[in-house]
Amino acid sequence: MLKNSYRTGLLLPTAAALALLMGGCSQEPQKASRVRPSSERKPAPEFTLKDSDGKTVQLSDYRGKVVLLNFWATWCGPCKIEIPWFIDFERRFKDQGFAVVGISMDEDGWNAVKPFISEAEMNYRVLLGNDTVAQLYGGVDALPTTFIIDREGKVAAVHSGLVSRRTYENDITQLFDSPRSGAPGADAGLRAAVSRAK
Amino acid sequence: MARLVLMLACAPLSVAQSSQLLTAVPPAKITVHRNEALEVRVTVQVKNGYHINSNKPNEDHLIPLRLKWEPGPLTAGEVVFPKPEERNYSFSQKPVSVFTGDVQVTTSFKVDAAAPAGPGIALGKLRYQACSEDTCYRPAVLEIRLPYQVE
Repeated sequence: MLKNSYRTGLLLPTAAALALLMGGCSQEPQKASRVRPSSERKPAPEFTLKDSDGKTVQLSDYRGKVVLLNFWATWCGPCKIEIPWFIDFERRFKDQGFAVVGISMDEDGWNAVKPFISEAEMNYRVLLGNDTVAQLYGGVDALPTTFIIDREGKVAAVHSGLVSRRTYENDITQLFDSPRSGAPGADAGLRAAVSRAK
Repeated sequence: MARLVLMLACAPLSVAQSSQLLTAVPPAKITVHRNEALEVRVTVQVKNGYHINSNKPNEDHLIPLRLKWEPGPLTAGEVVFPKPEERNYSFSQKPVSVFTGDVQVTTSFKVDAAAPAGPGIALGKLRYQACSEDTCYRPAVLEIRLPYQVE
């Protein structure tokens, strides 16, 4: 009963945590979420996990890039619909400062995940998740759950469950269009805007 | 040895054991005798709009439905699941072997010759993995408590 109670009690905190990560209290369902204004974004929790080559990876390694962080599992049917999209995003947007990072929640570990990566020809980095990281991201009881993270490491959008390819593309390109705060280009743009205002 | 099939037409709500997506309804209480063989049917109710993998999924990486009973005065034997449905989902190119709605799971038990007289509870663990059309939930365990009285 303990485990079940734990899981039953998990969904509400998960929803609350997702809402907090989104930086607001919107009543909109998760699927309708859009990229939040930068002032409302919260930092994506840092984590350290291993990839399929045994290399240690931290989220902060991706600072400066737009990241699509996808929690998935080999047994998750809807997740499989998204994987070809993510392969395409990785290929098309990689040179624009973008990366897909998959976090597998398979309990069987790499024995289950590695063959799947090969079979699906996944071209992006896949990490093996655990409950600790899942808790940092609100529990992630439902898969797929995907976090769109901006160049400053902040959560710009969250999608729980399967959403459309177009939704992801809109999120990603919207973040590409946003100026990087602290980046030389952003400063120049800000200075130009201030100058024009004068 | 008499074999009993204990069915539950109208279970009191108090015996239902639930997660968000699943409810297990065992018999409210059964009376057993030493050395008796019996079958107990548990109704597993899957929430509308969701499915759980059957005990024999069509693909290796899918997580099957399992029911295991802990050792005790009632020793569990074979667990029999109904015939699964073969359903088509947008996320799978081939039909998926699933259960939806009410699922009757039957377990054969043997009451130990030395079972002490009086009340007890057989504890079962139902491991399942549930999905809807667009979301899957991490594997979970629902505990099933089966109260019995040894006479």
